[in-house]
Amino acid sequence: MWFASPDEVRGRLAAVDYLADDGIATSVFLAGALGKPLLAEGPAGVGKTQLAKAVARATGARLIRLQCYEGLDEARALYEWNYKKQLLRIQADDGAWDDIFSEEFLLERPLLRAIRSEEPTVLLIDETDKADVEVEGLLLEILSDYQITIPELGTITAARRPYVVLTSNATRELSEALKRRCLYLHLGYPTPERERDILLAQIPGLPASIADQLARTVATLRGLELKKSPSIAETVDWAHTLLALGRTELDEALIGATLGVVLKHNSDQVRAAKELGLPSRS
Amino acid sequence: MTAPASLVDRHVGFVHALREAGLPVSPAEGLDAAHALMVIDLAERETLREAYAATLVKRPAHRPGFDLLFDLWFPPVTGPAASTDVPDDAALPELRERLAELLMGDPADPTFREFARAMVGRFGQVQAAPGRQSWFSFPVLRALSPETLVARMLAAMLDERGGLPEKVARRHISRTIEAFTEAVASDVRRRIAEESGVEKIARSTVRPPIDRVDFLRATKEELARLRREVYPLARRLATRLSIRQKRGRRGRLDFRRTVRASLSTGGVPLTTHLRPPRPHRPELVVLCDASDSVSTFSHFTLLLTFALREQFTKVRAFAFVDTVDEITDLFAPGADVLDAIGRLTDEADIVRFGRTDYGHVFERFAERFPDAVGPRTSLLILGDARSNYQVPALGTLKRLAGQARHAYWLNPEPRAQWDTGDSLATAYGSVVPMHECRNVAQLAAFVETLA
Repeated sequence: MWFASPDEVRGRLAAVDYLADDGIATSVFLAGALGKPLLAEGPAGVGKTQLAKAVARATGARLIRLQCYEGLDEARALYEWNYKKQLLRIQADDGAWDDIFSEEFLLERPLLRAIRSEEPTVLLIDETDKADVEVEGLLLEILSDYQITIPELGTITAARRPYVVLTSNATRELSEALKRRCLYLHLGYPTPERERDILLAQIPGLPASIADQLARTVATLRGLELKKSPSIAETVDWAHTLLALGRTELDEALIGATLGVVLKHNSDQVRAAKELGLPSRS
Repeated sequence: MTAPASLVDRHVGFVHALREAGLPVSPAEGLDAAHALMVIDLAERETLREAYAATLVKRPAHRPGFDLLFDLWFPPVTGPAASTDVPDDAALPELRERLAELLMGDPADPTFREFARAMVGRFGQVQAAPGRQSWFSFPVLRALSPETLVARMLAAMLDERGGLPEKVARRHISRTIEAFTEAVASDVRRRIAEESGVEKIARSTVRPPIDRVDFLRATKEELARLRREVYPLARRLATRLSIRQKRGRRGRLDFRRTVRASLSTGGVPLTTHLRPPRPHRPELVVLCDASDSVSTFSHFTLLLTFALREQFTKVRAFAFVDTVDEITDLFAPGADVLDAIGRLTDEADIVRFGRTDYGHVFERFAERFPDAVGPRTSLLILGDARSNYQVPALGTLKRLAGQARHAYWLNPEPRAQWDTGDSLATAYGSVVPMHECRNVAQLAAFVETLA
């Protein structure tokens, strides 16, 4: 049992500085209570990976992370045989052919490690959409039955179901089969009120008035049609920048001078400067 | 533990309504939702909503429709509106004062919704027919007219007008006004549902999800939301293309690396290393109909073209009405997309008489840009194939399509209207494969088949 209620989720995540809204609290609770993987989808930098880390920290569980990328295969996601060790064993002892496929020569990769873990574990499968379609097939067996089949050793069933969080930036549509097995949480940009609270929780010592102004300004920026909208992480960076500059008042000149912290495309900066009437920098 | 029968009925009815509104809810997901109901506190309405959302809604585009139906199936408990701090007999100026106060605050505040509810109770009832009452949001908004409060609110929020602070404040106010309008509308729907049944109103209020919105009929606001869908789509197309190419060529053996790696295994080459394959990036030529009849569509596809630039080695874009001009320059890297589309009509030489003439366009295109289409290019034609009864120039198009590696035609009209009137869909479709492309879902489906 991971959490007793959505309210408990909220409280315990807040204790590790992660502010959960209704949607987050409820789906995090349900993922634990129903024993289903949680798929968190949304734009970059809204706290999907942070959520998995926060769950691990809040529950004292071990975090195992599988970072997906193009070309990720079984050997790097599940398990691999230690060829070198096997080869040396055969060279040292001619009769060793029978026992080179045993526990001793097995190299655990994140998925197998999470399945075999005896202690409470949070398994984070990060950026699932970056992996090839075949990897999704691999995940299906693990996520629905929590077991892995290794031909030479047999089927390994989870000693203890890990808490699974998958993240995706939605660059590719994940398969229906995978989505069906998961609870779905869409993490979007927060409301200015929530973003202000996030800023205050993440940066102790930030004056509330600045946090409020920052959150509203960023919301205004997101309202423009930009190539890349500022993420929460970038808003936090912006607040750090202002603190480092020792400024306590947010004015147009300051915003214009530090816009590069949140907008990373030249065309976006020009557009923002034009629409918001900031002093031009070009 | 079993659920009370009424809850099961409600659940089944709700899931059914979601399916009817176009959400693909599988039986397994319906069961998941039912399981979720067993472990949460049903008295918490927001928890219930999110529990349903987490188990049934797997696409952000479906969320607005879901929320609408949820509000109808699980309406908030409304006792007498005792919780508002405005007396029942308050005069209008007093109410407007209170509204202004609320609009400057946080729309998530519960008093915000309660105020909206009280106002619907007070102004929203209209005599629809003799003896029949019905509810509307229009009279509520007319009576309170939140838009006319903006100046007063700005004055209260700002020390001085102008510049960025005003922009930020205006944005906040328009967001809260929107929230208020939505709260009023949702309460009106609830009241109607109470009188005439949930199923009836549900069918008439749910708009199609954004990825099914017709390009030619999109409202301005939907168009803005559609634009946000474009970049992910272009990225998806790019990944799609690179995956395919990787399948085709795995790269040659890298002999040196393989031998070096074999040293640790006593000279046995256990792992082979391959040279990374040379990425092959195709070229794209886009011919886009920029006439008024398809302007929302072309607007949208131009954005897609712009987004695609980054993924292809070479993209050349041409716009046409009755003659054709190259517009690649308007879409230089780093250029502002909306600007470029605005400049398009002013600067590009695409209009002679203002009536689309596909035949003339193809002739001119082949004549003016003979080197545009080659064996490495994918040719993409975007338009409704309505040629105002002019000569079609099929031969020229056939030659162009023959020169290209691939050629595709996207038509924003419903298939049923092809070949009606001046449409030459079948004639052109026999030369260049034509796809119906009326919404983001169809565009995404096309993207999946491309390359």
